[in-house]
Amino acid sequence: MNALPLLSVERLTMRFGGLMAVDDVSFAAETGHITAIIGPNGAGKTTLFNCLTGFYAPTSGLMRLAHDGGEFLLERMEGFRIAARAKVARTFQNIRLFRGMSVLENLIVAQHNRLMRASGYTLAGLIGLGVYRDAERQAVERARYWLEQVGLTALADLDAGGLPYGDQRLLEIARAMCTEPRLLCLDEPAAGLNARESAGLNALLTFIRNTHRIGVLLIEHDMSVVMSISDRIVVLDYGRKIAEGAPEAVRRDPAVIRAYLGEEEGAP
Amino acid sequence: MEYFTQQLINGITLGAIYALIAIGYTMVYGIIGMINFAHGEVFMIGAFISIITFLLLGLFGITWAPLAILVALLVTMALTPLYGWALERIAYRPLRHSPRLAALITAIGMSIFLQNYVQLVQGARIKPLQPVVTGGIEIMRRDDFVVTLSTMQILIVVLTVTLMAGFTLLIQRTALGRAQRACEQDLKMAALVGVDVDRTIALTFVMGAVLASVAGLIFLLHYGVVDFHIGFNAGIKAFTAAVLGGIGSLPGAMLGGLLIGLIEAFWSAYFSVEYKDVAAFTVLIVVLIFRPTGLLGKPDIEKV
Repeated sequence: MNALPLLSVERLTMRFGGLMAVDDVSFAAETGHITAIIGPNGAGKTTLFNCLTGFYAPTSGLMRLAHDGGEFLLERMEGFRIAARAKVARTFQNIRLFRGMSVLENLIVAQHNRLMRASGYTLAGLIGLGVYRDAERQAVERARYWLEQVGLTALADLDAGGLPYGDQRLLEIARAMCTEPRLLCLDEPAAGLNARESAGLNALLTFIRNTHRIGVLLIEHDMSVVMSISDRIVVLDYGRKIAEGAPEAVRRDPAVIRAYLGEEEGAP
Repeated sequence: MEYFTQQLINGITLGAIYALIAIGYTMVYGIIGMINFAHGEVFMIGAFISIITFLLLGLFGITWAPLAILVALLVTMALTPLYGWALERIAYRPLRHSPRLAALITAIGMSIFLQNYVQLVQGARIKPLQPVVTGGIEIMRRDDFVVTLSTMQILIVVLTVTLMAGFTLLIQRTALGRAQRACEQDLKMAALVGVDVDRTIALTFVMGAVLASVAGLIFLLHYGVVDFHIGFNAGIKAFTAAVLGGIGSLPGAMLGGLLIGLIEAFWSAYFSVEYKDVAAFTVLIVVLIFRPTGLLGKPDIEKV
């Protein structure tokens, strides 16, 4: 067990002009845990993800990722290194697949770095050397494995853009997993899913946590998902952290109830 | 019929040159959405590096055509891309997040800079090269009109087809090509799955320059002369070819190049040489009126 938690966010602040999108937020996320980040619209959840994955350079604060004996300060890394070295993967609220590529290719692109290394930066790949073919076979195998986990095996050769909405969400998660992340950031994965798909998603996320032992950060509005699968919940409101703890404790926290239901106390 | 066949052969030869350059335009546009107007100059530099290599080889007494061409090909393919790489690194990368107009004007500036650089270093006079490849096959004859397929033309077509096949393979089959296609669709998302976007873009410029350098060599062998100005006309034509085929589409660039070559050849043959450029651009305009995305381009669906 590492002494440091997988992810520690310390006093993170992101200011856009006069707006404090994320205001002095600190929390930690552990390997093997699903940490949910909840809060009303505009609470700064997605901004937090954008800081973690290098889209925004935070105004101040620290984001430290620790795994495999290495430590990564995310706020100092370029976007692609956060994915390639620190091994953070994410999905989007509005799905961002490579729509013109096939389902399978979306998953192989996600293994780009391993393949580039194996192909001797393309030369070996071009002349079809054995090393590269092996690496490519492994990449396809891993892709098939994740297709099976999300139940899209039959659709492997279709264009990703042509999949039904729910399947696109699953494919995005599969693609994130193909990068072999240590921290998976999911931005509202249950949005727009029906009840059956949502239950499938719960099962998938639990499987990822239990079998692959990685840390999951989950932004979600669907409380049935959040309450049933998360190990820990961080609640944001107007960019500030107003509560943190186990699901049961957070559910009863007066500050959380106030943020969700308004100032009037005595809600059910 | 004989005359037609001869012009067909000529048109295909010309089209091969345009197509090779057009690929560079279309790839760069596909990946970062800018028109690299200095690409024609990269082609011109490719031709200059080739002629310098041939002349140096001549000094050492190496004139056996296959060897000389092979060496020139390798030298120009190795050196020209440095210019493509430097262009991206020095002129375009710092402006990648600026308004498009800034990048466009920089590209035009780089084009003028490279022309003047070559003019200054190599002089403004036209540089001739003794024919390297001679001979040919007579494929048709009527009275005293002989249709010939020159060895040179065979070489050009074989070289172009080989290069394009290899190139297509690279885009379709290798990790680099896959990363390029991913970047083309969504640069930020590509970075998020671990693709080094800067390097991929730099390599795109390098690949475009490799193809343009071969086009430069072919131009030199075919026409036997180069000057600092050839990049302008060829660049505009190749750009036209890329737009005609559908900018952003690789098969489109190949098809567009071939079409522009054929149009020019046939127009010169049956109407007037003076107006061959007008013909090529007229076809472009007509196609764009009816198919704004070009022949093989995909309609750009507004992202939601």
